[in-house]
Amino acid sequence: MFLNQFLLLAAILFCIGVYGVLARKNGVLVLMSIELILNAVNINLVAFGAYWNATDNTNVSGQVFALFVIAVAAAEVGVGLALVLLIYRNRQSIDIDDVDMLKG
Amino acid sequence: MFNMIDKVWIIPALMASSFLVILFFGKRWGTRATAGIGIAAVSICLLLSVIVAGNWISRVNHPPTGAALAADVLQANGLTPQTGENIAGEVNAATHDSGETVAAGSHATMSESAHTDASASEHGAEHESVPPVVRAVTWFQIGGIEFEMGTLVDGLAAMMLITVCIISLLVHIYSTEYLHGDVRFTHYYAFLSLFTASMLFYVLSSNTLQMLVGWELVGVCSFGLIGHWWEEKKNTDAALKAFLTNRVGDIGLILGVIITFFAAGGTSFNVLHINEYALSQSANTTLLLVGALCLFGGVTSKSGQFPLHTWLPDAMAGPTPVSALIHAATMVVAGVYLIARLYGVFFSGLAIGSSTFHYVAFIGGFTTIIGGLLAFVQTDLKKVLAYSTISQLGYMVMALGVGAWTAGVFHLFTHAFFKACLFLGAGSVSHACHHTFDMREMGGLRKKMPITHATFLIATLALAGIFPLAGFWSKDEILAGASSGQQNAYTIMLIFGLITAFLTAAYMGRAYWLTFWGDYRGHAKPHESPKVITVPLMILAGCAILFGFTNFPGNFFGIHLPSGVTTRFEHFVEPTFAFPPLQHAEFTPWLAVVSTILAASGLFLAYQYYEKNRGPHGLTSRNKVALAGYTFLENKYYLDDLYTGVVAGSTKGPLARAANWFNQNILDGIINGIGLGARKIAAVVYVVADQLIIDGAVNGSGQGSEGAGQLLRKIQTGKVQQYASILFAGAVVLAGVLVFVV
Repeated sequence: MFLNQFLLLAAILFCIGVYGVLARKNGVLVLMSIELILNAVNINLVAFGAYWNATDNTNVSGQVFALFVIAVAAAEVGVGLALVLLIYRNRQSIDIDDVDMLKG
Repeated sequence: MFNMIDKVWIIPALMASSFLVILFFGKRWGTRATAGIGIAAVSICLLLSVIVAGNWISRVNHPPTGAALAADVLQANGLTPQTGENIAGEVNAATHDSGETVAAGSHATMSESAHTDASASEHGAEHESVPPVVRAVTWFQIGGIEFEMGTLVDGLAAMMLITVCIISLLVHIYSTEYLHGDVRFTHYYAFLSLFTASMLFYVLSSNTLQMLVGWELVGVCSFGLIGHWWEEKKNTDAALKAFLTNRVGDIGLILGVIITFFAAGGTSFNVLHINEYALSQSANTTLLLVGALCLFGGVTSKSGQFPLHTWLPDAMAGPTPVSALIHAATMVVAGVYLIARLYGVFFSGLAIGSSTFHYVAFIGGFTTIIGGLLAFVQTDLKKVLAYSTISQLGYMVMALGVGAWTAGVFHLFTHAFFKACLFLGAGSVSHACHHTFDMREMGGLRKKMPITHATFLIATLALAGIFPLAGFWSKDEILAGASSGQQNAYTIMLIFGLITAFLTAAYMGRAYWLTFWGDYRGHAKPHESPKVITVPLMILAGCAILFGFTNFPGNFFGIHLPSGVTTRFEHFVEPTFAFPPLQHAEFTPWLAVVSTILAASGLFLAYQYYEKNRGPHGLTSRNKVALAGYTFLENKYYLDDLYTGVVAGSTKGPLARAANWFNQNILDGIINGIGLGARKIAAVVYVVADQLIIDGAVNGSGQGSEGAGQLLRKIQTGKVQQYASILFAGAVVLAGVLVFVV
């Protein structure tokens, strides 16, 4: 089983996601980057799930957990997109650098 | 019959509530209601007291046995069944252990410890020991000692209950007329109720501490009632004199209570416990002697014994019914009652059983004579009676002193009635004669006031000790007691007693003839008093006739009445528990004859001198010795001058100067020093503690939080991605720690 390749792919995806979250100004793109981070984790989960499934074919907890993450991510992106939409309606911009009204 | 003996606390409580009701509502409800409340309360108390006495009589006739007695003995020793074991003293434990066979057991404890000679043991075997009924609750606890508060009922207490209630009731009724229209009518009745409550509380006390409380309460009431008409300085002075003189004796009483408490093991103030200790063989007689003498200090002041009797004549400044109730019949016998109640202490301490002369008996005897002599030179009818009271109180104390317990208490009982009758009679006379008590302005009242005259005559004869009135029996018993004594005769006391028998008859004869015979010398128009006044007089005169027979001797000139009729007073009143084994003097015919002859000759001489005007009149102006004697008497042996002039006068100047110096130099110095010191300390405290520490802390905390806010607000940028970067950096650091460190 080639676990290393999956983990490497997940790490690359995670890094791209983190970069996107921290560097992009567009709110939608930040949300998409978060999806990338979550999917990197999903790849890890599924890869390890398959790895353990090879020795014990009753063990599917990695895949089940990945399904949970997908469901929660869908809900999360729904809330996030709703926020972005409302921010756009109020400020005619989705640049998250503009949303700093809580500045101390 | 309804058992009142367990709930006897109701009696004083009833009077106390009557006091409160009169105090708070008397003014609003008016004089009729006030008097009504008081009279109703005393009537109920009298009824309950009679029930208590009935209970006691049936208890003596059918002594309790077994469990009931065991419970009573437990109670009697100040033990409640729950906590009994813990606080049991030696004596208590001994009695308690014998609880199974308690009738024999407690008796055995007594006879073993109290006396060893065979005759006394035989005597003890005749009478079954009937313990008093003690019902007590814990008042407070301190230092492992339980201070109890409770009632003790025996024959003595029941007798006192009835005496106090009867006289109080009659005085309540009498006062409705005597104080009619008085400005402080309500105040007067409130005090009468409080006095009755206090006196009942006192006689029912189960321990000496409680007796002290009652003792002081009656003293306060006496003070308030002597000064009832306080607008006149004379009356307030008399009230103060009574109060302050009593304070002198009260010091002795307090010391006596403390000494007897510690003498008896320091566990209980219970009178039975103290008496039991005093009569046990392990008793420290020296300590008991000191205790008894200290207690006698209290008796000296309260019961008007020489040399603290001087307040009692002045106390006549109060309203006459008060004089009858408080200063003749009840309060002044509180001291006599104290001796009777703590008789074990006096008996052991003064060795009454074996002595022929000791302080208490001597003071009693001496007081009878000096009181009797002083009564001759008084022109004020009430003062004659006051000195007579002092004299008779001396008789009672002397009787207790010579070991004639029953005789002394019996005299207390009979004296209360005829002396109250005399006082109320004097009040009735004064009521008719424009409120004067001066016998020089009376005379010839016999025909104008027949009922007052008849009752006064009966009471006079009773006091003089003429057969068959009450005073004859009680006085004769005292003389018989003194002549036989316990082991030896108290000869000196017997002589004192016989002299006083003569003196009493003579001065009472003088007062009687001056008041009721001859021609009227005053300016008023005397008339018989209304029924409210005469009916109490008649009742009291009836008591003075009848109550002597309650202790009819077993052998009276060869007359042997059945034993169920004779010496009933002795049988029911004399304690048989925690009480010394006393020999009872038999009726002595020759003494009775001699004392009656003396009394009759006293009356006859008074009749000759004051009515027939025979004898050496004007002797005082012709004979220097007689004049000196008269002056000496008229100045009351100069005791008042000694007290106010010498004792108070010589001490008050230096004392005042010393007090002033002490005040100026020491007290002021201390106070100023404290003030200055406080100011200095305050200045330091202001600078150091307040300005530096407290203000610094308050300001510092404010500035600290402001600075921290200034620092922290820089991080709060509002930029989400900055937060995320910090979050991520934190996660990386934690991951690094996780991987490389852990």
